[in-house]
Amino acid sequence: MQKFSAWALFKEAFGGHQGWKSQYRRATPKAEYDAIIVGGGGHGLGAAYYLAAEHGLTNIAVVEKGWIGGGNTGRNTTIIRSNYLFDESARLYDHSLKMWEDLSQVLNYNTMFSPRGVMMLAHTVHDMQVIKRHVHANRGNAVDNEWLTPEQAKEFCPILNIEQNIRYPVVGAALQRRGGTSRHDTVAWGYARAADALGVDIIENCEVTGIRRDAHGAVEGLETTRGYIRSAKIGVSAAGNTSVVLDYAGVKLPLESFPLQALVSEPVKPIMPCVVMSNTIHAYMSQSDKGELVIGAGTDAYNSYTQRGGLHISAHTLESICELFPVVRRMKMLRNWGGIVDTTPDRSPIIAKTPVKGLYVNCGWGTGGFKATPGSAHLFAWTIAKDEPHPINAPFTIERFRDGLLIDEAAAAAVAH
Amino acid sequence: MLIIDCPYCGPRPEPEFTHGGEAHIARPADPSQATDQQWLEFLYLRKNTRGVFAERWRHARGCGRFFNALRDTTTDQFLATYRAGQKPPAVPVGGER
Ligand SMILES: Cc1cc2nc3c(=O)[nH]c(=O)nc-3n(C[C@H](O)[C@H](O)[C@H](O)COP(=O)(O)OP(=O)(O)OC[C@H]3O[C@@H](n4cnc5c(N)ncnc54)[C@H](O)[C@@H]3O)c2cc1C
Ligand SMILES: [Zn+2]
Repeated sequence: MQKFSAWALFKEAFGGHQGWKSQYRRATPKAEYDAIIVGGGGHGLGAAYYLAAEHGLTNIAVVEKGWIGGGNTGRNTTIIRSNYLFDESARLYDHSLKMWEDLSQVLNYNTMFSPRGVMMLAHTVHDMQVIKRHVHANRGNAVDNEWLTPEQAKEFCPILNIEQNIRYPVVGAALQRRGGTSRHDTVAWGYARAADALGVDIIENCEVTGIRRDAHGAVEGLETTRGYIRSAKIGVSAAGNTSVVLDYAGVKLPLESFPLQALVSEPVKPIMPCVVMSNTIHAYMSQSDKGELVIGAGTDAYNSYTQRGGLHISAHTLESICELFPVVRRMKMLRNWGGIVDTTPDRSPIIAKTPVKGLYVNCGWGTGGFKATPGSAHLFAWTIAKDEPHPINAPFTIERFRDGLLIDEAAAAAVAH
Repeated sequence: MLIIDCPYCGPRPEPEFTHGGEAHIARPADPSQATDQQWLEFLYLRKNTRGVFAERWRHARGCGRFFNALRDTTTDQFLATYRAGQKPPAVPVGGER
């Protein structure tokens, strides 16, 4: 692996920057691997990296039906935070947030992690109660979160409208200062490059079309558009398409796949120093390093695999944004798009073994799994390597829905990214 | 935005409707005897079909009634809508109504 450093940049400048090598090999499938990860998003590539780096499994592959990072990893709005209500969630998301903090150093790849603060607005008495409850619960779990008055919120984000004459006036906010954003693509590329350097094959344009099992029901290998590949361990990290892939092994999951949309404005000079979210009026916004305002909201109403949604959903989001940030009213939107997110009934993920021997699944991240990429990948690798969950992901099973042990962030927050 | 053909009122824009999830899920016949596994299947496990999918809609801001639809989840095209209680019709060839 060509190491990135100030010295490398200096040296390459002499060669007119023609000496930079490809970040990872375009691998072709071998006949057999010790483990295969399905899905080349951040979660899948990260799992492959940790399998190789921490568990010594280097004869492994990631198979991706399109190009790496082309799924939700490359489509999301990159909000990172860990201020979830329940103890299980706080442990899981904070594990990940801590990993973001030195990820660029670990991978020798600038993921542009920017802990600029994530502010969640309250507009009603109910919001105030729910959000304060989160603040207290988070502090009890050593997760930073603080309550701000409207004036303090405006001080932190000067373009925020705190006039009390709007339909949903801002009555307060919670601020997680350690939260922020990161450049989405870099996470996929950084993990791919680091995994490749350890010998992991990253195989693109390779769609899984079947899972073969032996006489005892254990997994034996994958049927793909690039031929049959044997492996006794298969980890599926296919986000919106997880139900489709697990169906090949006859495993049914508590998942529904919905379109989730986002949009960006024309780029402008820095006007927004943080991330602002409002669950009540369904809108959130931040500003990318390129200057675009990055805007999103809730999912479309119906399940779908189309990676697009209705314009009325985006229009509704923009109405809220214009009320909260009147300064953006005359700006033009440049692009909008959708991704397919896999949601569970309690809006918490599944990182677990399945009833099929050798088959593992990491899914159900829904609208909010980008923030969890390093932590989830790390725990999924552990689960695959040891054939048992790490204590942090042990509660995040499929069976919790049978046993009544939901981790009900859906009831706690209603919406979240 | 989808145009949805309510079997009672005719084609109307999507914001008049609410989505009701997968159709034809039967509640356990004898709830007090149902096992945890049966409750899991009834409450939470979903087909999440990639392709032709039978689903419920409610014309909430219209006639108020529930009905079912067949929709291709890879294109969002509706193949048929039909009244609650009816069996799904055979999918029309070519998908056009
Ligand atoms: C518009 C939008 C905004 C979002 N905003 C946020 C946010 O602000 N903060 C946050 O934390 N989260 C956010 N999310 C959610 C977040 O993007 C996801 O939870 C996360 O990126 C999932 O990562 P992944 O690696 O599991 O999935 P993906 O990146 O989707 O990777 C899954 C991969 O599997 C591949 N695949 C699928 N089927 C097959 C097959 N049969 N064979 C081979 N490969 C297959 C896909 O092509 C895909 O590349 C957002 C999502 C969207 C769509
Ligand atoms: Zn009607």
